[in-house]
Parts: sequence; C-alpha cells; structure tokens
Amino acid sequence: MRNTFVDCLMEQAEQDEEIYVIIADLGFSVFEKFQEKFPDRFLNVGIAEQNAIGVAAGLALMGKKVYVYSIIPFVTMRCFEQIRIDIAYMNSNVKLVGVGAGYSYGPAGTTHHAIEDIAIMRALPNMTVCCPGDPVEAREIVRQSFEHTGPMYIRLGKNGENVIHSSGTKIEIGKAVTVNEGKDLSIITTSNMLEEGVKLVQKYKETGKMAALISMPTIKPLDKEYILKLIDRKVPIITLEEHSIIGGLGSAVAEIIAESGKGVSFRRIGIQDEYSHYIGSQQYLRNKLVEIDTIYY
Amino acid sequence: MNDIVTEIRKHIIYMTHYSKSSHVGACLSCVELLYALYFEVMKIDAQQPKSFDLFFLSKAHASAALYATLIERGLMPRSYLDQFYIDGGILPGHLDKEVSPWIQFSGGSLGHGLSIALGTAIALKQKQSKNRVFVLLGDGECNEGSVWEAVMLAGHLKMDNLTAIIDYNTWQAFGRVNEIIDQTNLAQRWSAFGWEVHEIDGHNVRNIVDVLKGKSSAPKVVIAHTVKGKGVSFMEDTLEWHYRSPNEQQYKQAICELEGKI
Repeated sequence: MRNTFVDCLMEQAEQDEEIYVIIADLGFSVFEKFQEKFPDRFLNVGIAEQNAIGVAAGLALMGKKVYVYSIIPFVTMRCFEQIRIDIAYMNSNVKLVGVGAGYSYGPAGTTHHAIEDIAIMRALPNMTVCCPGDPVEAREIVRQSFEHTGPMYIRLGKNGENVIHSSGTKIEIGKAVTVNEGKDLSIITTSNMLEEGVKLVQKYKETGKMAALISMPTIKPLDKEYILKLIDRKVPIITLEEHSIIGGLGSAVAEIIAESGKGVSFRRIGIQDEYSHYIGSQQYLRNKLVEIDTIYY
Repeated sequence: MNDIVTEIRKHIIYMTHYSKSSHVGACLSCVELLYALYFEVMKIDAQQPKSFDLFFLSKAHASAALYATLIERGLMPRSYLDQFYIDGGILPGHLDKEVSPWIQFSGGSLGHGLSIALGTAIALKQKQSKNRVFVLLGDGECNEGSVWEAVMLAGHLKMDNLTAIIDYNTWQAFGRVNEIIDQTNLAQRWSAFGWEVHEIDGHNVRNIVDVLKGKSSAPKVVIAHTVKGKGVSFMEDTLEWHYRSPNEQQYKQAICELEGKI
C-alpha cells in the first residue's frame, strides 16, 4: 500500500503544483524519488511531529494540498492536539497518511503498533477516516483524496499486501464494498483485515454457511445506509479489524445497530482492551491477540 | 498614535469588564506591539486579508487585544466590541478563524502559532513572495516543547521572512516566569538556534517599529520587555490580573486612568 500511495502521489504532483509532502524523518526508501523530482514541494522537518502538523496547517492556509506521512502512532498520537486544532478545528486541507496499520510493525514492539488510531481520529469533527484493505482500495482512496478538500486520515498497511479486489471494482470514499454475497451471515472488515475476512468466509463455508464479505474502506463517514440494509437481512453481523474493539469499526457499526431499533446478532472481532507483550510478526500477533479463528455463528 | 493605543486599552478593559472574562493583564502588555504591527509595520490591504503580511497571535488568550486593534484599524466592525465572550456573541475567548478573515488561525492552546506561521512563511518563499509573517508569543508559552521544534526548523531554513515577537511580561499562569522555568537567557537560546535576536522596550512604539521594519538574513525574534496590565495602576505587574475581571468601580477607575483624568 505504501508504494501505491507514493506512486499515486508522484503522478498527481506532476499535474498539480499545490501538492506538498511533509515527513518527520521517516520514509527512507519511500520518498527519495519524490524529493528528487519535486525538491521545493518536499520538506523533512526532522523528528518533530508537532511542528510537522503546524507547518502543514500553515502551508494549507496558503493553498497547498499537504500530505504528512509517518508511522501511524507518530502521525496521529504524538501530535494529536495539533491535529485536533490545527487540522480538524481549522478544517485544514491536510491529509495525514499513516503506515503500519494494527500489527504491521509487529516485532518492533507496541510503540510502533497502531491499535487506537481509528478510535481517536474518528472522534474528530471534520475528519474523514479511510482505512483501505488492499492495494486496489489504497489507490482509489489516495486518488480521490486529491479531490477531497479538508482533513483526512489515511491508514495504510505496510507493503506487499495481497490484491483482493479485481481492478475494475468500484471503490468510493464513504461507501462499503461488497466482496461477495452470502445469505447466512455478514462479515464486515476494515483496513488490513480484508485478507483475514476472505479466510473467514472460507472457514464458514466449510461449516456449511455462506457468509457475505464486505470491506469498509471508510470508517468516517460510515456507509450507514449499507449497514441498515445488512441489519434488515436479520442474519448475524461480525466486524473484523486489527484495532482495539473499543472505538473502531466494531464500535461504529454497533452504534448504527443500537440506534436502528432492530435486534440482530452481532460480534466484534478485534484486539481486546490490552497491549501486546508478545514478540513476533504481524501474523503471529494476530493469532495471539485477535480471535480470527473463532466460529461464532 | 497615543490616542489609538489608549482606545485599544479602553476597549480591552470594556470587553473584559462586561463579559467578566480573564486575561486582561496579558492583553494590556501587548497593545503597543499590536499597534505597531497593524498601524505602522505590516503591509495590509483591507480588501485582501490573506494577500499581504500575515499576523498570528499565538498567545491567543490575549484575543481581546487583537479584536480591539482590528476594530481600531477598521478591519472588524465596531459593534463587535459588545460581542465578546457572552452567550450568543461573535468573538470567542480564544481565536476562531471563522469569525473574520483577519483572524488568520484558530488557537488558544499554547505552542501552536509559531509552527503555523512557519508553514505560511515557507509557502510564501516558495511563491517568491516578499510578504512577511509575524507571530506573537507569550514568555510563558516558550515552555512548550513544540515552540522549540519550530524555532529549530525556522533557524535551519533561514526563514528571513518570519519574525517572532515575545511579549516578555514576566508572568505566567502560576507565577513569575523565571521562577517557574528559568529563561533569563532566552535571547541566547533563540540565538543558538540561528535566530537574529533583538531585545527592546515593548511599550516604546518607535523602538518596536524600527526593529520590526529592519531586514534580517535569518528569522528574527524580538524579545519585547513589557509590563503585565500596562496602563492601569492596580493591574500593573500582578499575577491576579491574569485572572480577574474589572468590576464596575474598577472599570471606571481604569478608564479614568487611561483617559488621564487621575
């Protein structure tokens, strides 16, 4: 997803002189080409994320379309109050691009994990929150971000994710994507759990149940209409995310179910309310900390 | 000049009195600085708020001082004097850029303004614009780590179109600035990061104007020594007038003093 993002950005920067990139000293082997080609539209502010956000807001005040890139905890939590005021409150045309969804940086340790980012970013007024599930979604979200005026958070995986969608799939900010239909239950995934969603559908198939699979690349604004239709099918709904079960996709869907006035079986699969003290790869940590193998219905 | 400075001070006293709001002392210390900027130093076109020199009030709790200055300069309606910090009012206690095109950013949390001002200065350089960017910080505000992130980058980039002004009124929210975090060597600190440093009397308009108009080859910081609560005898150099709001009798006395009737 990371390379997809940079490639799209390079293409757009060719045509749009207002595109501006800020990094806080992360992006080695990612941004060199951009820096070489557009030296006056690229700034490494050093290891100083709070300043990165303020400078981005200042550039946006002057009409720039600014992309701030870092590993997720550093581009969201380290500078959260700057994001709240300089970006969200001021409704600045700044895109925050975080790499390393969930346990992407697994063995690096918990400082580099991103398990609370969706919750805190979606709580911000004016903020659009996008969590693409594969490189196809990432490309479409990034392309559409060029036309989107205002704050946006784009949560990327890392690199080398499997392509799940066929290239013609219609991806639109704010819209759910149906991966496959299924009459017995619905599985909604976001971000890098799309691939686990595909596996889970297969597991249900082995138990004789047909699960619909839905990818939700936008958490805010959430595709409420689509979820209300799922509720009306009166079959269980499962959400799947590599994020805390508090405040992420599961919470967002639960809010819609709760206010719909219609009961439906529902289960959030995600990270329980705990930090990882395990050491291991993304897949290892997923197996330890996300109950992806459980068959609930 | 003196008349306008006095009018700005009277507006501040009026606004903090009827709204029962805080920060009158922090407003009164920066009046000459704001006057110098808006009446003598900055290039301004009343029709094009974003197109010439820009000003950011990073110590945004002194919003009433900025509103009063903008009103005197004719950039904000005089009727707004009655719209501060009250139910259904127009002017918030801290800045909201939606209020007016002359409020360049939204703020109130300290340590934000310099970074944002730096971002605009970078954009102006890229456009090869000659316009300048000014930002006013509090002395206590320099406790914030984010200020120094911006100081470091601006020095590195040699942003000669950026001028920071520090309203050094020696008080912050809980006491004397240098007793809370000693920064008696504030000038050396900014200088060490590559800034051109000036120290002046922050109530001497001629001094302020000269120093702000001067060209520099690096970002410039003006440490303006000021008196908190300047102009009203019982508010001068006190901590409590960071918080208190003048009652009816104090309001009348303050206005009399400012008008030279006492």
